Amino acid sequence: MASLQSQDVVARSATTTATPQARSAVPQVAKLIDESKCIGCKACQVACMNWNDLRDDVGNNVGVYDNPADLTANSWTVMKFYEVEPKQGNLEWLIRKDGCMHCEDPGCLKACPSPGAIVKRANGIVDFMSENCIGCGYCVKGCPFDVPRISAKDNKAYKCTLCSDRVAVGLEPACVKTCPTGAIGFGTKDDMVAYGEKRVGELKERGFQNAGLYNPQGVGGTHVMYVMKHADQPELEGLPKDPTISPMVSVWKGIAKPLAVAGMIGAVVAGFFHYMKVGPVEEKNDEKENA
Amino acid sequence: MQMNRRDFLRASGAGLVGSSLVALGFSPTAAHAETRNFKLARTTEARSICPYCSVSCGVVIYTLGDKAKNVKSSIVHIEGDPDHPVNRGTLCPKGAGVMDMIQSPNRVKRPQVREPGSNEWKTISWDDALNRVAKHMKADRDANLIKTIEKDGKSITVNRWNTSAFLISSASSNEAGYLSVKVARGLGMVALDTQARI
Repeated sequence: MASLQSQDVVARSATTTATPQARSAVPQVAKLIDESKCIGCKACQVACMNWNDLRDDVGNNVGVYDNPADLTANSWTVMKFYEVEPKQGNLEWLIRKDGCMHCEDPGCLKACPSPGAIVKRANGIVDFMSENCIGCGYCVKGCPFDVPRISAKDNKAYKCTLCSDRVAVGLEPACVKTCPTGAIGFGTKDDMVAYGEKRVGELKERGFQNAGLYNPQGVGGTHVMYVMKHADQPELEGLPKDPTISPMVSVWKGIAKPLAVAGMIGAVVAGFFHYMKVGPVEEKNDEKENA
Repeated sequence: MQMNRRDFLRASGAGLVGSSLVALGFSPTAAHAETRNFKLARTTEARSICPYCSVSCGVVIYTLGDKAKNVKSSIVHIEGDPDHPVNRGTLCPKGAGVMDMIQSPNRVKRPQVREPGSNEWKTISWDDALNRVAKHMKADRDANLIKTIEKDGKSITVNRWNTSAFLISSASSNEAGYLSVKVARGLGMVALDTQARI
């Protein structure tokens, strides 16, 4: 059961050995969140807590409907409410289901220093393997969408798993199943992109000229996508316009790491040759009593 | 083991290098990457109706164990019934969280009565409750049933019971709704209603 025997994992954090790549025909799954259909009822939040056996602390009212106010280690999805004026004098209430985007090129996985603590499955799901998590918080910094949260109880990182345990047996994620308005859809990535494009067309016909599908290419596309009424301004609802993995992560993990390893090996080799050639420093006075 | 200061420093240095290499990713640890086990795999499934509002969504209730003799079953999960025509698997936030209502310590599990003049609820048995309702209904019907009315100088049998009304469950299927109407009309009730109109 354990291990990579299933070959369903295609990428692992901080691992130098190759990850199995054989299962190339696994269908890529995706979740499509159609914000134009969402009524902000939070059934997805409840279904998520029920399926994943999570119960968050009772929090405080922060003056808006957001409850809890932000993602936590026990709330893997949260409805965010934005009162915005995309056009002057034209107030709109945008509602976004926040949570992991399941990037094709996950920044968390790249930033993670603990071997196998973050994996990407063949079907596209990015999953945290808690037993390997060391709680350093690099995934939080590496995430372009600020999604993972470190639990204060066990010092491990948590986020949406796209219900990998349900998808593994052929079911849809819990939030998708419960959504009463059909705002959350689930299927293959191709089907969801096609359906998203269709919805975008319908929204454009209804006057939302800037409607679009949020599937940012800066992180290789995502397995959680949004249909947005104002796709030209994703910042309206707290999403980056062109998310990319922070250059610091690439420098640190891309260049700095092999350089540091080379430096360390160099130091050992230099020390060895120094010892062979020059020999140890003799401190004669010290040795007299001890030897 | 004899060890002078120099040997101790050498051993410490070697240990430091080794542990640093492990930390840099030369660790032989195997990566574990299985998903969580599917928690409903062998639970017992039962279909039911959400008890909250009158939309009456279908739910599937998953209980612990396979109904074997020695198992005390308990509800471990509830989600929408994909085969139910009303909701086709979906549930609103209240319905999605209905398990917590079922397991709530405040949930009323037995019939209760508040006697006239009393200010507290008394728990009674189901038999007592049904008998009590039946007695009240019969007393009211005996006292107020209109058997006949006079119209155009003729006496017409109507058997109207205008002083009680019947509230029929919103969660009824066609068949259960038909039976409910038959029972109420058979007693002569005119005022029937269901909450199934939202």
